[in-house]
Order: sequence, then C-alpha cells, then structure tokens
Amino acid sequence: MWKTLLAAGALALTTAAAQAEKIEIELWHAMGGALGEATNAVAEQFNASQDKYNLTPVYKGNYEETLTATIAAFRAGEQPNIVQVFDAGAATIIGAEGAVIPAQDLIENAGLEFRTDYIPGVANFYADENGKMVGMPFNSSTPILYYNVEALEKAGVEPPRTWEEFQEIAPALKEAGYVPMAQSHLPWIFTENFMSRHNLQFATNANGYEGAEGTRLLINVEPIKAHFAAVKEWIDAGLFGYYGTGWGDNQAPFENGEVAMWLGSSGSFGGLKQSAGFEFSATYLPYWEAVTEEPYNTFIGGAALFAMSGQPEEENEAAAAFFQFLSSPEPQVFWHKETGYVPITATAYELAKAEGHYDQEPAAEVGISQLQQPGGDWTKGYRMGFYVQIRDVMNREYGRIFSGEATVDEAFDIIEEEGNRLLERFAQTQSG
Amino acid sequence: MHKAQFQSPLYPYLLLLPQMAIVAIFFLWPSAEAVRSSFFLQDPFFGNETFVGIDNYTDAVTRSDYGRAAWFTFLFTVVVTFFSLGIALLLAVAADNVLRGQGPYKTLLMWVYAIAPPVAGLIGIMLFDQHIGPIVDFFALFGWDMRVGVDYWDSGIAMMIVATWKQIPVNFIFFLSGLQSIPKGVREAASIDNPSASGRFWTIIFPLLAPTSFFLMIINITYAFFETFGIVDVMLKGEPGNNPVTLVYKVFLDGFRGNDLGGSSAQSVILMVFVLALTIVQFRLIERRVHYT
Repeated sequence: MWKTLLAAGALALTTAAAQAEKIEIELWHAMGGALGEATNAVAEQFNASQDKYNLTPVYKGNYEETLTATIAAFRAGEQPNIVQVFDAGAATIIGAEGAVIPAQDLIENAGLEFRTDYIPGVANFYADENGKMVGMPFNSSTPILYYNVEALEKAGVEPPRTWEEFQEIAPALKEAGYVPMAQSHLPWIFTENFMSRHNLQFATNANGYEGAEGTRLLINVEPIKAHFAAVKEWIDAGLFGYYGTGWGDNQAPFENGEVAMWLGSSGSFGGLKQSAGFEFSATYLPYWEAVTEEPYNTFIGGAALFAMSGQPEEENEAAAAFFQFLSSPEPQVFWHKETGYVPITATAYELAKAEGHYDQEPAAEVGISQLQQPGGDWTKGYRMGFYVQIRDVMNREYGRIFSGEATVDEAFDIIEEEGNRLLERFAQTQSG
Repeated sequence: MHKAQFQSPLYPYLLLLPQMAIVAIFFLWPSAEAVRSSFFLQDPFFGNETFVGIDNYTDAVTRSDYGRAAWFTFLFTVVVTFFSLGIALLLAVAADNVLRGQGPYKTLLMWVYAIAPPVAGLIGIMLFDQHIGPIVDFFALFGWDMRVGVDYWDSGIAMMIVATWKQIPVNFIFFLSGLQSIPKGVREAASIDNPSASGRFWTIIFPLLAPTSFFLMIINITYAFFETFGIVDVMLKGEPGNNPVTLVYKVFLDGFRGNDLGGSSAQSVILMVFVLALTIVQFRLIERRVHYT
C-alpha cells in the first residue's frame, strides 16, 4: 500500500517536473465558434508534435478587441508571445517599429529554415517593402462568389464571370423570385480587392508599403466610382440586395434562399456547409471587362500571426517552432479543410489536391486558385494606418450612396478627403 | 440645540479624505490626463507622443460625421428623456390609482429595471432584425419598410425605442414613491376644491412632484448621454456603417476601435465641457422653479 502510494507520488513528481520543463507560450486570437475550435485543435497538434514547448491559445474577442488588448498589454509589458492581427490592423502593428519580430527573422534566428514555397498572393500582404515576411499568414481568405445552384438553374443562367454578364443574367434571377446578389464587406470586396482585381493603384507610396509618410488614397477614380454607380442602379432596380454593414446580415438572406448569389470570403465555406440547406457552389470574383480584359489576382483578407518582441530567447524559439509547424503541409491542409481558409504554401496546396479534397469539394479550390491568378503592379495588397477608421468612413459613405443621401461623387470626395486626413494623422504618430 | 463639535480642526478633513481620494483618482486624474493627451498624437504601441496643438480638436469637429453625431445625440437625448419620463409618469399615476392588486402591477412594471443595457440591446436586435424581427413585421402592416442597420433613421428610432423602454422602470419607481409621499390630506382638500381629476393633477400633484421630476430629468439626460453606450454598441454590432452614433460612442470608436488616442481624448474633453455647461444651466435656470417642501 505504502509502496504504491510512494511510487504514484514519485511518478506525479516526475511528470510535474517534465511539465515544468516545458516552455510555455501564449497565443492571443480572435477566432470564435467553430474557428476557435479549429485553432485549439492546431495548438493541440503542435503540443503533441514535440515535447519542448506548450502553446496556449487565448480567445480575446473580435479582431479590433484583440488588437486593443494587445496594445494595452504591450504598454504594460505583459504582451503575449504571439498575437493574431487582422488585415486592416497590419499597418498599426508593423508600423510600430520594434514591437514585433518579423516572422522570417524569428524563424532564422531560431536556426530553422525559412520556407520558400509560400504562395505569393498570401505571403506578400504581411511582408515589408523588401518582401521580408513580418506576419505569418494564419487565416487567409479571399473574396469569392457563392451561388445557389438551384436558383441559377431555375432562372436558366450560368454564374457570371464579369459584371457585364451579371447585368445580363440578373433580371432572369429577379424574374425567378430571387434577389440576384448580395455582398458582405464593401471595403474589402468592392474596394480593396476591386482595385487588385483590375490592377488599379490604391494608394501612393506603392499602396502604402513604402512608408506612412505621404501615403494618399487614390480611390477617387472613375472605374470604382462607375462600379458604385452601377451597384446603386442595381439596388434601385431590385437586382442587388444591401442589408447594411454587418457581415451576417448580408449572409443570412443567401443562407435562407432569398438571395441567389453572395460575395463572401473563401473562409466562409466551412460555415456555409453547415448552415445552407441547399446545394451551393462557388466561382471567381467578377470583374469589369470594360476596365480590364483579363482579371488579376485578388489578395488575402483575414489575419496573420505576429511574434511580439520583449520575450526571452527560449520563448522566441518556441514561437518560431510553432510558426514552422503551422506552415508545414499537414496542419495547413487540416486548417484548410476544417475552415475553408486557404493553404499558405504551394506544398500544402499540392497535398490537399493529392488527397482529392477538390474532387469532393470543387468550391474549396476557388479561393486558392484565384489568389494564384496573374498578378500586376498593384495586386500585392496595401499598407495603411488608421485603416479601421478609413474602412468605417467607406462603409458610412457607401451606405449614404445606396440610401440616396449622397451622390457617388460626393461620397468619394469625402472618402478621399477624410481618408487622407487619417493617413496624415497616422504618419504623424509614426514620426514622433 | 445641542451642537456636535470636532475635537481637532483637522479631524473633519481626515474624514473627508477617502472621498476626496476617490474623486481625485477616478475623476480628476483621468480628466487631467484626457486634457493633456488631447494636445498630442500618440503612437499606440510605444506611447510616443507628438505635440499637435489644437489639431485634434479642429480635426474632430470638422469631420463630416461630427455634426451629424452631435445632432443625433441631441435628438436622442431629448426623445429618450421626454418619453421615458412621460410614459413612466403616466404608468405611476395609473398604478397609484389602482386600489386592488397594486403589488403585482408595480413588480411587473419594475421588472425591466433588472436588465443590463447590453442585454436590452440584444433584445432590441432580435425584435428589430431586418430579416426576422417581429416589430419590423408589425410596422410592415402599416406599410413602413423598416430597415434597421441600413437606413439611418430607422436604426436611430430603434435605438430610441430600446433606450426609452429600458429607462421607464427607474423613472416609474421614483415617480410612484414621489406620488405616495404626497399627503392624503392635500389630495382630499384638492378634490373638494376641484372636481376635475386632470385639473387636480396639473395644479396640485404635478407641482408637488417637481423635485422628483427635476432630479429624474438630470438622471435621464445623463442616462441618454452616457449610459446608452451598451445599447448602441450591441445594436450596431460593432460596425457603425451608415448608422447613427452618439458622441460618447464616437469617443469609444475612435479611441478603442481606431487606436487614435489623441483624437478620442479631444472629443471627450469637448463632451466634458458640454456636460459641465449643461449642469450649470440645469441648476441655475431650472432648479429655481422647483419648490422643495
């Protein structure tokens, strides 16, 4: 009896010691619900894959809340090892020189080999002006077009490749009793990626990558204004549904079969599979043939992981090991299948292909292949500060266009003027 | 008359100290910090500051949405204060007149008081949802295509309704206790002089309720101004878009969503000055007309 107790005690001590030896690191993220579960699963896989490090994911609310919490923690010297920051917050965290260790440096400093097969559309977005990867792309998605198969069959139409085609088929869908189309994120889909899809410059200083000083929006231009004028006409004619700024408010009418086509994120795939009670498929984001004959790649949205500075060397090594694990093919394919976010390396993409994922789910390949369409000078992404507020200005003014409170010209003048003021203010915070 | 005296002249100050410390730590210090940082632009991560003079102020008030937010805040405050006071008074007078089963009535009317503002906002979202909201369906019967989240004023009206609904119980409790503190003798004397119930109410009861009403008005204006934050936040789902925001919510948006601490501080200083002015006006002009018994 005593012996067994002693043995048990000794065992407990040794396991406790083994656990204590593990280097603990923390990851702050904004992935709620099913995405949060997938994030936890990736962390568990990492912890099980080796016995030196232990990663704990912590949910910190939505993207904005996570960034705000990180800033507060950083100023108090309590920052986590890794934090997830979304596309619109990238300039804030990358601009804060010394707040993060670039992912590439982190991995190389730990003596690991930095991968060379990142998919360009994915890797560039969170890179610095010289192409060095700063943020490790985590949940990467791109806007694509989902459609209700039955609705399109009923109307006897094919999914549109271009906006010109959409204009032709939309009346038939309306006739069949559907709102032909809706979208869920005007700044992301109809602004940032609109510019990329047509290879139009979005901001000076190489879309802002060359620094905050002097960066100006180049948004007050004919192609995008014509697009918004067209959308307004479609809304008035009942050919397009606008349900406000909320993502879900626009996705819901597609899920309940009211709207025939919906522009959402490639990362919406996993959720739609569960919520949509009908057969749906996906295709590329339409473009205006009048603007460009061939479409260019879109870039990613979603978020990346950033390694915060000010941590002990061994914890940085742990973070590097996690980044290396995360970008290896198996976790990538797991994440891709589970959530619909795109794989970030060519090897992972090939693996998903070889496993027959796209034969079963052709729609799951749309996002990743759209990211690999030919690129142009202005299809890397953008880097602008106070961008959350700039997006708020866009959403507000677009809303005013659609409700008839402002003309397209007035709205774009305001976006340009107030957006540039915000950029100027951001540049001032960086110079101090 | 017996007069209590402190032994030492310092003793009263010692007793005041805890309260003063609270005021200093939780009000004076943050206010001073807000005033100071309103003259700087701050980089969020390192807190490096650049002095910009009054730029934050001019930038805040010249943005196209500032005037609109100020106008909405004004309307919102007037509407919410007026209706939550009016309806609560009506209910309190009615409940006061009920002779049988007053208890259950009172309990039912106070019920809503226990709901936290964000929860009230959440209930508002469900009731006013553009796809499934029952109130939207109800308004549709009258030909009103209400689109909360899309139409500026539809969202504004929904916020006003939820904020008013949430505040009625507090006012109701105060009005009812105010009514019950009016001596029976006064009422009886009045009913001999004036047979009209409404006449009695406006000439006798309402003036006697004035101290309560004045207190409630201040409480309600502050409520509409500051405490509706939770309702606005939940009803906007964190994405303002082309929806109305109150000035307080705008301070939060720019400071905590946009990480523009300087601009957000400048806006909160403007609000602080405004509330100070409002308080002075209330006490100087309105309180003079209130008679305390």
